[in-house]
Amino acid sequence: MTMTTGPHPTRRLILQGAAGVALLGLGNLPFGSQPARAAANDKYPEEAFKLKNEADAIKALYGKTAEPSDKVKLDAPEIAENGGVVPISVTTTLDKVTSISLFVAENPNALAASYRIPEGTLPSVANRLKMAKTTNVTAIVEADGKLYSATKEVKVTVGGCGG
Amino acid sequence: MASSIRVRATASGDITEVQALIQHPMDTGLVKDSKGEVIPAHYIQKLKFECNGKDVFVANWGTAVSKDPYVKFSFKGAKKGDELKISWTDNKGASDTTTAKIA
Repeated sequence: MTMTTGPHPTRRLILQGAAGVALLGLGNLPFGSQPARAAANDKYPEEAFKLKNEADAIKALYGKTAEPSDKVKLDAPEIAENGGVVPISVTTTLDKVTSISLFVAENPNALAASYRIPEGTLPSVANRLKMAKTTNVTAIVEADGKLYSATKEVKVTVGGCGG
Repeated sequence: MASSIRVRATASGDITEVQALIQHPMDTGLVKDSKGEVIPAHYIQKLKFECNGKDVFVANWGTAVSKDPYVKFSFKGAKKGDELKISWTDNKGASDTTTAKIA
């Protein structure tokens, strides 16, 4: 053990030094990046993607609840003829957006996609999702550490998750 | 093999609009094949866009993203001629990377 502990203090010092330099650089930005929360983190949120219930998935991903906001605009079709390809886009006028996530309430797993929005990227995303049946689609926008949501029902005539 | 990723990135003023289309089955693990056997889940989990050494967009995906996924977003701070690096990894450990010049 004594052999292996030897090099560690030095390496830690070097790493701390490097982190210090990086932090100094960040200090020049208009607002420093906040410590990454689950959704803004670099790690794939494996657990959140496995949950069946939408509220549970939101909690697993963000650890808090969202409030509905008319500043979140969720664009989805009224009727999707093919649940396998439902075009869904989200835009928001909120400031300091760090992530946008999409949930489909009655899919086998509620969380469909979660996007990290780094500084400098516009808070707007378009993608295509699968929907098992007619249900609500919810967009969650994380802005300045708070969660805002918008929900819309999409009628699905042919489901896209098999079965 | 040709890249699985097709990207179009166009700069207009300070804003670069990116559209990407990726060839991937995005199997949910719920669908059965013609023999009645379940097709195992096979889907992209992470998709990352980098420009000038900085992440500009990161997607975490589950099985509910459509087959041959499409995504569109915009970011600031790049100019025509800059390079955009796109990479994905799926749940089976496969990955692909490509670069595109911003037009």
